[in-house]
Amino acid sequence: MSDSNSSSKPAAQQVANDVEELERRSQTAARLFDVRRIIGGLFVVYGVIVTIAGVFASDEDIKKAQDININLWTGIAMLVLGGAFLVWLRLSPTIPPPAVEDTASE
Amino acid sequence: MLHLAEGLRLPTNGLDYTLLGIYFAVVLGIGFAARRSVKTSLDFFLSGRSLPAWITGLAFVAANLGATEILGMAANGAQYGVYTVHWYWIGAIPAMVFLGLVMMPFYYGSKVRSVPEFLLHRFGPSSHLLSSVIFAVSSVLIAGVNLYALALVLKALLGWELWISIVVAGFFVLAYITLGGLSSAIYTEVLQFFVILAALIPLTVVGLKRVGGWGGISDTLSGEKGSAFMTAWDGTGIGSANPLGANWLTIVLGLGFVMSFGYWTTNFAEVQRALSAKNLSAAQRTPLIAAFPKIFIPAVVVIPGLIALVMEPTLGKTEDGLQYNDAIPVLMRDLLPNGVLGIAVTGLLAAFMAGMAANISSFNTVFTNDIWAAYLKKDQPDEHYVATARWVTVVGVLIGMGTAFIASSFSNIMNYLQTLFSFFNVPLFVVFIIGMFWKKTTPAAGFWGLLSGTVGAMVNYFWFYKQGVIDIPSDQGANFVSSIVAFVVGSVVMVAVTLFTKPKPAEELAGLVYGTRSPGEPEPPGKGDDAWYRKPALLGWGAVILAALCYVPFSF
Repeated sequence: MSDSNSSSKPAAQQVANDVEELERRSQTAARLFDVRRIIGGLFVVYGVIVTIAGVFASDEDIKKAQDININLWTGIAMLVLGGAFLVWLRLSPTIPPPAVEDTASE
Repeated sequence: MLHLAEGLRLPTNGLDYTLLGIYFAVVLGIGFAARRSVKTSLDFFLSGRSLPAWITGLAFVAANLGATEILGMAANGAQYGVYTVHWYWIGAIPAMVFLGLVMMPFYYGSKVRSVPEFLLHRFGPSSHLLSSVIFAVSSVLIAGVNLYALALVLKALLGWELWISIVVAGFFVLAYITLGGLSSAIYTEVLQFFVILAALIPLTVVGLKRVGGWGGISDTLSGEKGSAFMTAWDGTGIGSANPLGANWLTIVLGLGFVMSFGYWTTNFAEVQRALSAKNLSAAQRTPLIAAFPKIFIPAVVVIPGLIALVMEPTLGKTEDGLQYNDAIPVLMRDLLPNGVLGIAVTGLLAAFMAGMAANISSFNTVFTNDIWAAYLKKDQPDEHYVATARWVTVVGVLIGMGTAFIASSFSNIMNYLQTLFSFFNVPLFVVFIIGMFWKKTTPAAGFWGLLSGTVGAMVNYFWFYKQGVIDIPSDQGANFVSSIVAFVVGSVVMVAVTLFTKPKPAEELAGLVYGTRSPGEPEPPGKGDDAWYRKPALLGWGAVILAALCYVPFSF
């Protein structure tokens, strides 16, 4: 920090310092799980359910969707999307920043 | 306000409810899992300023892609035709790019935690308190409006009683925001973004097949409504009549400039997503990454509105028949088999909850940070503010639920209320833009500009338009004019007050006004941020050019 403004410290500078301090103590980067796992997981599960619904689609269902087996196609697309997120997570996993020493309060 | 017609009950079965149940379980799981990452108030309010740009960017677009927006824009598609694309290509993209390229360095670089906090530094406590209180009150009430709209839709589609929907949805939002703060809100928004697309894309594909593709829509509607209905600009000359009730000047200035810049650049429920990004580059890219999906959303929202109009030509014709707002639910009922239908119901419900969660998570931040910590209980340890924020979340959701119950008896008043709150964004934008670019602007000018712009917009809407002093053909047209009025009144008052009051000393404005820099070392660029596809200028101008190109097929 430059000390040129230590004589009169504007309020804005004070807040910026507070936020920097909170950023140092923040645990989100170290402890928040990766959302790719959730998206991947949910879409694989949805994809399996909807694809099965498509495989066993009744004639009535297919007729309703204008002769497209929409469950099958949507299910496969969801499986692909979910799988893509899981592969991405596998290929470039989250790198947690160097751990800040924890106060071991838990 | 959404009023769905009777007889829209969807043929849902156990399979659809299973898909819905899985979603609720996952959302609750996100809340519990995010809880352990909340250590400081910065974690709770801004996810510790640590998220990557693709996550904040998708959350940015998803926070806007609430269910009222989806059903409302499909309704606009059915009512106004292709003119609806103006809300996206001119009414969103330029403002999102401006936020990312021009304003974000001041927001993120000054390390403020909220939009009102920026006003505190730039102007001072009076404009800070005024905008914080307006924002806090309006977010809670709008959360209530969202909740009520959700209950109405679920009653029509699934037959759930109003109070069951209000209590269940309110409880889930309360649970995951109280546990995980902004991180759970953002993660749920990203998830909702994909689920709603998984619902809207099949709906559009099947719908297009039903009506014979784009050519089929175009032929049918051009025949019924005239060829201007299928174009973006035909019939928008000044003085000529069109369904929108607006001309090219009010579209460009009212919608494209003041309304959209007011909403996208100063609405904290949006800006908060960008402030939670991990560095300045990621914060700048947040609205720019969001701009690309935003350009293509009309394809799965406006087109279904047009399809619905082809399939049900009586849409919006009679009082008790199908309304424009029913466009998407009608397609869900008539075209989707069980399975995808469950995904669509889940997507709609998720969009409602995400919209409400965006209001609640920005409310708890502004109330705790800008009202409680700034004026009521200063200098407490950080733990106190985390605890306060959790209680404020509970109280906010409960007030929202109360508002929803009140709204069920006064739905017209709620309609007005929403228009009313849309007026607060434009004056706020005036204050920001003048304060950021003209360093002489004084603290007093900030306060009086904010107040007079708001009053000006209200006078235009409630007196000039509602009392018929001037003749504007539609509510939408009146909204465009009100925002132009707010902009002009606010800027004139700011300039006038500045000439007679004392500006802040220049050294207190470092990093807050154009041409200055925050004191201290500039942040080092993150690893890989210098890749060409991560350059903010390229992303921003790319989005603007793409949006302009999208106009081409609908303009000639």
